[in-house]
Amino acid sequence: MDSQPIIEFTNFTFQYFSQAEPTLHDMNLNIYPGQKILIVGPSGSGKSTLGHCLNGLIPFSYRGEVHGSLKINGVETSTLDIFQLSKVIGTVLQDSDSQFVGLTVGEDIAFALENDNVPGDEMHRRVRSVAQMVDMDTLLTSSPFELSGGQKQRTSLAGVMIDDVEILLFDEPLANLDPATGKTAIEIIDDIHKQSGKTIIIIEHRLEDVLHRDIDRILVIDDGRIIADMDAHALVASPILKETGIREPLYVTALKYAEVKVTEEMRAGHIETLKTEFSRDALQTWYGHIQPADHLNTRPSILKMEDISFSYDGIRPVLTDINFDIHEGEMVSIVGKNGAGKSTLSKLLCGFEKEDRGRIFYRGKDLRDKSIKERAEIIGLVMQNPNQMISNPMIYDEVALGLRLRQVPEEEITLRVDKVLKICGLAPFVDWPISALSYGQKKRVTIAAILVLDPKILILDEPTAGQDFRHYTEIMEFLVKINKLGVTVILITHDMHLMLEYTPRAIVLAGGRKIADTAASVVLTDAQVIAEANLKETSLFALSHMAGIEDGTQFVQGFIDYERRLKNR
Amino acid sequence: MNMKMKLFSYNLADTPIHRLSGLTKLICFLFLTFAVMYSYDIRVTLAVMVFSILLMWVSKIRFSQVRLMVIYVLIFIVTNAVISFFFSPEYGTTIYGTSHEFAKIFGISLTYEQLFYQVTKMFKYASVIPLGMIFLLTTNPSEFASSLNGIGVNYKAAIAVALTLRYFPDIQRDYHDIYLSQQARGLELSSKAKFFDRFKNSLLIVIPLIFSTLDRVEVISNAMDLRGFSKNKTRTWYTSRKLSRQDVLALVVSGLIFIATVCVSVFINQSRFYNPFI
Repeated sequence: MDSQPIIEFTNFTFQYFSQAEPTLHDMNLNIYPGQKILIVGPSGSGKSTLGHCLNGLIPFSYRGEVHGSLKINGVETSTLDIFQLSKVIGTVLQDSDSQFVGLTVGEDIAFALENDNVPGDEMHRRVRSVAQMVDMDTLLTSSPFELSGGQKQRTSLAGVMIDDVEILLFDEPLANLDPATGKTAIEIIDDIHKQSGKTIIIIEHRLEDVLHRDIDRILVIDDGRIIADMDAHALVASPILKETGIREPLYVTALKYAEVKVTEEMRAGHIETLKTEFSRDALQTWYGHIQPADHLNTRPSILKMEDISFSYDGIRPVLTDINFDIHEGEMVSIVGKNGAGKSTLSKLLCGFEKEDRGRIFYRGKDLRDKSIKERAEIIGLVMQNPNQMISNPMIYDEVALGLRLRQVPEEEITLRVDKVLKICGLAPFVDWPISALSYGQKKRVTIAAILVLDPKILILDEPTAGQDFRHYTEIMEFLVKINKLGVTVILITHDMHLMLEYTPRAIVLAGGRKIADTAASVVLTDAQVIAEANLKETSLFALSHMAGIEDGTQFVQGFIDYERRLKNR
Repeated sequence: MNMKMKLFSYNLADTPIHRLSGLTKLICFLFLTFAVMYSYDIRVTLAVMVFSILLMWVSKIRFSQVRLMVIYVLIFIVTNAVISFFFSPEYGTTIYGTSHEFAKIFGISLTYEQLFYQVTKMFKYASVIPLGMIFLLTTNPSEFASSLNGIGVNYKAAIAVALTLRYFPDIQRDYHDIYLSQQARGLELSSKAKFFDRFKNSLLIVIPLIFSTLDRVEVISNAMDLRGFSKNKTRTWYTSRKLSRQDVLALVVSGLIFIATVCVSVFINQSRFYNPFI
């Protein structure tokens, strides 16, 4: 550490012009060349703002007041503009899908060179050589939309590496990625770090996923302050994660349930480095004492799909021979990688698309002749992005919309809207404009707007995408509450925690077929299903083997049962 | 997904037309368009039209791809013809200097001159359409942008056009999703509703569409800024190609066609109009 820091924050404070309080307070931080750093923190902690300060989006796109100093490579950043900074620090934004500028991989990688007026021949040569570094040189003429998630990540990465930057900044690289692709992304980043020795900064709240590979330092940010700066082993052994509301790795939670005191010496930062000699006995004893929960749902069927097949163009099947039966009051997840047919399935249920073959039953009644509007009174669909649903400036009007369009008398509307707002915890905000709400609250508004129609089944598309642990818990506990009121809940997701913690049953789609329909603990420990559906084996499975417990699936189930009992107490 | 979404989609194929550089195609398009726009000689227009339909066949554009556009254009041309007839039914006579009446419509006399003038004009419009479709369907949006920039359009405007074309299908998909989800909430856009209600209801789709599109715009513009977009007054293009022999050939041919039409007007017709009545 005797070298000059590459990034140097000194008493750095930043306040957006639109905010009353600074978002970053008095930061002091040195990052040295070649380090690999993870910055974690809950939403609103200032971690993204920190990233924006580094890459120049602050003050270029987002304005505010800066005090103190931030030096990159010894140069004060206030004297540089975003373009000069982009030569030193390359940023890979979250959601590679929405940031492709080029129509082909090659063109996208070349974007920065085009803007630098690099002549054609040299440009093509440099694109080829960078593409080789990320293993994309054979796909230069492919459209970004034909690529797999991992290839998209590689393309985005090449696009910033082409400037030969010294620092790579990843802003929530795992958001919107399915578990398997997320794992690949972390591996790609690690490989690049090892090959190039560049300084790497990852901003992310999915701690366990990032810790799939080594990290030199983890910075925890909360309320605009750095509250911890340590390695992974020390961090998971400290109470900081719990205090800041960041999800600790699942195997660490299991260790704590088994009343093991996690210490730095146990090297619990990564599942691979964990020393189980201290915890083996405790885990076995704990596992032995878990009482299995009663999982049988004997209530009648509420929604049934029978031999459903569907294709958009009549040539390429999107869904083939789908059968399932969902019982009243269940909470089920539908999982599978992008393009597996999950969204199409929900569209068929809502009547947005018509199945080519097969039948859909609601409480034994064929839904074939029900219009979209009629089905909506039985099955409500909440889309992923709340902005795609909200069309009124005020909460009350937004929730009342469905009833008004159905010509329900205004007195009844008031009653029903008030009731739903109360259930959704939105009653105190009833007079607020929607624009003043947080993302999670907006999500609730969209759920309320559907619930007001009193559907018996609620389908939610990725309800927790991009949410930190606190908001995730908030949304999910809210859905549990709704579920307990008698609404059957179907979740379309690739969040494995959500499957494990909230849905006893998971239906897995791959290539338009149902490949599994069983307990989440079975799905997340079955190597073949995991591979086909782009999931990832849960770390609990590895933990059980390390602790000498034969039946890993049963161990995972035990964990779920234990946790559920803990929550219900 | 459905046909509507493919309205302007670029047609991936490998034909001599696709292999031409975008800039060449744009200039050829402009040459030929100017040619038919300049000349009111139906023989010239028909020749260009036959030529461009031939080119469409060469570039493997199927009729199903352009059906919707063709329908729109036909509606436009017919409406245009009817309206221009009622506004100036004597225009043909003024141009050609003779008058051969052969029928009366609502008391307005219909002359061969007027008929000939309007048919000529219809073919003028109709012959531009295949050219435009060839250009749009065989040039990918990025090449389109680089060719616009090549003829002097500011590159920021050029990229804006390209990105619009690029994200058009995505936004259409958003629109479709929003439309369906609002329909599930009870939205009625059919003719059953009153006009004002329909207007109000269509806002229920447009507002979410605007907000979700703004989200997209913010992401993409940040991504572009971070990679140095708009740093310099000029930029180079990954997709721009050096002009090949075929490009030169295409430019020469379309240039000659343009010159030929001008010559026909100047030396043979001695005016922009071809007059078969004297």
